Amino acid sequence: MIAANLEVLSFPILTLLVVMPVIGSVVVALLGSSRPEWIKLAALISSVSTAALSLWLLAAFKSGEAGFQFVSQHLWISQWGISWHLGVDGISLFLIVLTGILFPLVIVGIDPHHNETSYFAWMLLLQAGVMGSFLSLDLFLFFVMFEIVLVPMYFLIGGWGYDQRVYAATKFFLYTMAGSAFMLVGIIATVALAQRDLGVVTFDLVKIAEGAKFSTNAARWLFLSFAIAFAVKVPLFPFHTWLPDAHTQAPTGGSVILAGVLLKMGTYGFLRFGVYLFPQAAMWARPAIFTLAVIGIIYGAIAATMQHDLKRLVAYSSVAHLGFIVLGTFALSSQAVTGAVMQMVNHGVSTGALFLLVGMIYERRHTREISELRGIQHVAPIFAGVFTVVMLSSVGLPGLNGFVGEFLILIGSFGPARWWTVVATVGVILAALYLLWAYQRVFHGEPDEANSTFKEITVREGLLMSVFVAIIVVSGIYPKPILDRIEPSVAALIEHVEGQTK
Amino acid sequence: MNDQISEFAGPTIDWFSVSPLLVLLFGALLLLLVGSLTPQWRRGWYGLVSAVTASAAIVLSIFLWRDISSSGPKLLVGGALALDHFAVLASIAICAAVLLVSLVTSDYLAGEKSDMPEIYALYLTAAIGGVVMVAANDLIVLFLGLETLSLSLYLLAASNRKRAESQEAGLKYFILGGFASAFFLYGVALTYGATGTTRLVDINLALNSYITVPRNDTLLLVGVGLMLVGFGFKVSLVPFQAWTPDVYQGSPTPVTAFMASAGKVAALVALVRVFVTAFPSRADDWGPAIFVLSALTLIVGSVVAVVQTDVKRMLAYSSISHAGFILVGLEASSHRSSPDVGDGLTAIAVYVVLYAALVVGTFSVVTVVAQSSTDGATSLDAFKGIGKSNPVLALALTVLLLAQAGVPLTSGFVAKFGVVQAAVSVGSYKLAVVAMICAVIAAFVYLRIMVSMWLNDATNPVSVKVPLFSTIAIAIAVSVTLVIGVLPSLLLDLTSNLTQLASK
Repeated sequence: MIAANLEVLSFPILTLLVVMPVIGSVVVALLGSSRPEWIKLAALISSVSTAALSLWLLAAFKSGEAGFQFVSQHLWISQWGISWHLGVDGISLFLIVLTGILFPLVIVGIDPHHNETSYFAWMLLLQAGVMGSFLSLDLFLFFVMFEIVLVPMYFLIGGWGYDQRVYAATKFFLYTMAGSAFMLVGIIATVALAQRDLGVVTFDLVKIAEGAKFSTNAARWLFLSFAIAFAVKVPLFPFHTWLPDAHTQAPTGGSVILAGVLLKMGTYGFLRFGVYLFPQAAMWARPAIFTLAVIGIIYGAIAATMQHDLKRLVAYSSVAHLGFIVLGTFALSSQAVTGAVMQMVNHGVSTGALFLLVGMIYERRHTREISELRGIQHVAPIFAGVFTVVMLSSVGLPGLNGFVGEFLILIGSFGPARWWTVVATVGVILAALYLLWAYQRVFHGEPDEANSTFKEITVREGLLMSVFVAIIVVSGIYPKPILDRIEPSVAALIEHVEGQTK
Repeated sequence: MNDQISEFAGPTIDWFSVSPLLVLLFGALLLLLVGSLTPQWRRGWYGLVSAVTASAAIVLSIFLWRDISSSGPKLLVGGALALDHFAVLASIAICAAVLLVSLVTSDYLAGEKSDMPEIYALYLTAAIGGVVMVAANDLIVLFLGLETLSLSLYLLAASNRKRAESQEAGLKYFILGGFASAFFLYGVALTYGATGTTRLVDINLALNSYITVPRNDTLLLVGVGLMLVGFGFKVSLVPFQAWTPDVYQGSPTPVTAFMASAGKVAALVALVRVFVTAFPSRADDWGPAIFVLSALTLIVGSVVAVVQTDVKRMLAYSSISHAGFILVGLEASSHRSSPDVGDGLTAIAVYVVLYAALVVGTFSVVTVVAQSSTDGATSLDAFKGIGKSNPVLALALTVLLLAQAGVPLTSGFVAKFGVVQAAVSVGSYKLAVVAMICAVIAAFVYLRIMVSMWLNDATNPVSVKVPLFSTIAIAIAVSVTLVIGVLPSLLLDLTSNLTQLASK
């Protein structure tokens, strides 16, 4: 038993989670010219292995423990006190699993139509960056991963997107980079100030968070520098304007990944770095962040209602949903934060699935204009059924996964942020409004000539969507195993915050 | 009279310590004398001789490096030159630039059908000037180095006799460079008037010893200011940058690569050495000036780059903003008094070395692309569709551009991280934030070039041929960019003793 445990400890599973996609990407790039028929297979093997590793991590993860597990630490840049430091806890676990599962689905389910080699190579590099961001316990390493993600995403949007793709890709790159510019200065300042308390230069997240005492004023500035980067990434109102463009112009695969995991790097960053490093400053900034989050919820919902383009509608719904997650994150009660973490995963699943479905509609009709679509339910009932389930999950219908997270967030936020929560609840109703109205316009009614030939869901698409539907239903009905793994880490974080803010 | 002559004793010269200079001189003379007396050599041989000379100088510098590691930094030739890690590292960067640029030039001139030895000889004499500048411990010696470098560069800029732009670039550079030299020399004279010496180390001693006596600093400060203006022209700091885009655009592209790398490195390192060695006691005076120059250079360099449509002009402005970044490190040094100049100096050294490799690599790709386009144009259009026709070359340029933008896992990030860290650790948050924001603005420029390469289709597709020597040069630059980007320790290990400048 002990031997087995040791083996688990010494096997660098987390490092492999980051390295595997990189290897896959290199293999794909090298195969490119000589064996084009093997590219997709190679990409698939790499991403499925990563998925298997992440599922194994899920199985081996000890529930009920709060600390970091499977920690792997190696000195990287000794002169600057930087190490390759990875670890997983309840907060990051499900985001890692989501990242592990989502990529193979996207790779198998969506064809890039042209330049397969570079598409898959970028896709896999993107996965490595996202994995690294969720696993890093070193500020420098996190920044590297957080920033490196931009490059593959930029090329995915720019290379395989729609008409305005270059504009959207550039906007995405520059907005996010501008945010992280502040964070880089913040990270360096954090380390420089922490050096006075710790006596050494280190970028180690845990050491700094547990050991350093920042003055109130310094902590506020540092928190703000991190917060800007994360607020752009989430995106929080008013930093959200890159999102609808990026989402609308990105290829379906890019949108799924963007909504599924990339935006979570912002909310996760708030929790893991912003709140953990600077609890007092986070408390101080709460009212402002609550306000922005709630504005995001209402604004996102209203803007979504107004959209003519189905994909843009889903993009704005993301703004609203992420507002809920940020509200829950900063409510800093155990329930709300647990709900927020859960909702990060839920949103990834349901919005990712929505983007897939919109992508399928576009493949069939070559338009995403809601006014062009009508009566699809008549010609493609199964497709409509799947859409309904996914949509209701996004709305937050009890029994599906969206409800669990949203409910926990609202209940947990009501104490610390009463009036904001009251307003946010309106957002739940609005979500039902814009999604159901869109559904009604697209699927109900009599199909006109163009829509009467709408193809029913294919076997491949059906299998793809069944994974999403399964996750939506199972985690909606029986969320306990998930919550059991999230809660201890959240409780430890809350305790840390309360200890620091007394 | 005779007595005086017999009393004159020349300084003792440690010949081995100046051997890199001698090797470069030998190479230059070999090319000029033998090259002009013999018929046209076979293709590539001039460039090869130049490259071998530069390599030999690098090898000798590495031996010097080890000497310094074991026996410490020292002054040479009666205090005229300093031998320390800072100088040797910069010399290596300059010689490496000569090596890579020679390779690229060889292919370039073969393509232009005008291979000749003078160009390479000028590279080598320019390198001599550069190596003297980075090691100079005396303002007069520094001026000699500066002129040797500058005169070579004027000629190089005008070296393409077939193109009017090249002539114009040479003339423009010459006139403005002459102005700059005059400013600099006037500054030297005033500084000499205020301190009674031109030795950097002695200037510092003189200023410190008078510190208790109430004295009028006006003469000194005007002198320092004029020197800063002179340096500002050479390094192309805003507002002294106006010549840069025209000269960079007009010069033959390999020469631009040389100016932007070796020329800039030499001037920047000399600037830093003068301020850090001679005037640490007046850091409160020149620190704010550097702050303003740095911020202006960063902002103007990156913002104006955005509206350019010619790649060489874009890169000219980007090189301006890089100089601003390096000044961020100098500004950080101004917050600490001698002898502890701290992270700033290390950061600057790391930055200039990595920047030299980056900029040579980038311009090498531009050279290759421009030569394949119909009229040698370097507009964004010339880069359209390279991603399809020559993906490997496009990938190489993408890596180099991402590095210039400061994306992690490239050397550019290591360089920027270093200077920002130096700034933040002394509390210069404002400058650090300005620098990072400008890096984002500049990133837009690099994105535009990448968009042209990957996302636009060529209007009239031409296949870009990459000759052998250029391939080697680009490969070296990209390798340095990636290896140092992933494993910065390799370079940082070397810089641990860098802040010990030679003082006796």
